[in-house]
Amino acid sequence: MIQFYNVSKIYPNGVKALNDVTVQIRKGEFVFLVGPSGAGKSSLIKIIFREEMPSRGQALFNSKNITRLKGREVPLLRRKIGMVFQDFRLLPQKTVFENVAFAMQVTGSSGRAIRDRVPLVLSQVGLKDKAGVMPSQLSGGEQQRVCIARAIVNNPVLIIADEPTGNLDPDTSWELMNLFNEINSKGTTILMATHARDIVNTMKKRVLSMTGGRITRDEESGVYSNES
Amino acid sequence: MFRNAWLSLASVGTVTISLLILGISLLLVMNAQAFTRSLESGVEIRLFLDSGLSRVDVRDMERELKKTPGIATVEFISREEALEEMKKNLGDRQDILEGLEEENPLPDAFRVKAEKADNVPALAAELEEMKGVDQINYGRGMVEKLLAVIKWVRLAGGGLIIVLGVAALLLISTTIRLSLFARRKEIGIMKYLGATNWFVRFPFLLEGMILGFTGAVIASAMIYLGYISLVNRLDEVLPFVTLVTDRDTLLVVIGGLLGLGVVVGILGSAFSIRKFLKV
Repeated sequence: MIQFYNVSKIYPNGVKALNDVTVQIRKGEFVFLVGPSGAGKSSLIKIIFREEMPSRGQALFNSKNITRLKGREVPLLRRKIGMVFQDFRLLPQKTVFENVAFAMQVTGSSGRAIRDRVPLVLSQVGLKDKAGVMPSQLSGGEQQRVCIARAIVNNPVLIIADEPTGNLDPDTSWELMNLFNEINSKGTTILMATHARDIVNTMKKRVLSMTGGRITRDEESGVYSNES
Repeated sequence: MFRNAWLSLASVGTVTISLLILGISLLLVMNAQAFTRSLESGVEIRLFLDSGLSRVDVRDMERELKKTPGIATVEFISREEALEEMKKNLGDRQDILEGLEEENPLPDAFRVKAEKADNVPALAAELEEMKGVDQINYGRGMVEKLLAVIKWVRLAGGGLIIVLGVAALLLISTTIRLSLFARRKEIGIMKYLGATNWFVRFPFLLEGMILGFTGAVIASAMIYLGYISLVNRLDEVLPFVTLVTDRDTLLVVIGGLLGLGVVVGILGSAFSIRKFLKV
């Protein structure tokens, strides 16, 4: 599903964020992306999402070359990908329902489709009763569930989560990981950048470890790091 | 739009003031144009003829004048008519002309109007060379000055309108940029969710259009009412000053302001939004 061939990314200020990265992620996989801050995790994600262009190399998504997309094709790429952020990025003046519905409005769904689909997704993430609540009245874990609901409402083939549990306590984190696992079991590919050592070690998924812009380790059923 | 009530108010106020100034200068320029045009049409050349020309000579001259390019009208004024005119101008003191009918000192003349006032000096020089013409009079010096003033009024008016239009555009684009800045997070989220640029852009263009239009409506109403009352007041105080009042001209000004408000609003938004779409 995702193929990187010798991808490098050098930012205009000279920082070399990715250095000759070649990696493949297949459909239906659950992949952890680990490594210290500044190792290139975010740059890798931004290239898949076409927020940044690689300086060298080729990146493919569903056999389509991301680097050759025209400007108006970028939204279509992004609609196939659900994004989950560490800081949630919900619209504070919209209700939970409206925040999730927003993702469907953006893609031009009908009002009827939105009214049918949003409650379904909200109950899937366990927020059936919070539809009319404002995000500020929710706990961090609940806000992240809204973010996940928004990410899956358009049935994406891939979910990219950038440190989704970074702001959450361990118990809440585990509840969310179960939710991600559930989504993954229905066939959605998940790529998750994280610093949560326990979660990675316990879940026994594929682990890509990055250091200094390179992928230094790629293991099925891997652990957070080899030293421990 | 309603979330940033103050900002919207500022934008509308900006458009109103810019278009108000624009409209006032537009009316000023139009009136100046109308005034200069009436002055222009008043410019005429008088050809005083040699004495002792026959009727046939005069008729030939008239025919030749009418064929000359750049001449709009030709009117023959006989020496008798010239004397009558002089008497009329003198009013109750015409007695000093008494007895001149016997030996009229005035020459026959042609009154010539040029198609364009610009051409008068050149035309006069040309006509002076004509056979049978004794003297020529067109207010030399006066006409040249008038032409310079007219040219200046047109240039300054056009320049002023362009400058004010650009100023309005920049002010709107700045205000919209503030409103965009306040909502940059929302725009970023929209782009992350796969919104097309047009999906993001459209509400802001609409907002700019509505702001521009609202400002234009207020400015037009103020200008219309203000101008009408000015015309009425001037009619009482200075009846000899005539302002442009025909309905069509005013409609053009007001329609122009409304259209400009909408265009400026849309363009202002479009300029500002480009930067925010790069996510």
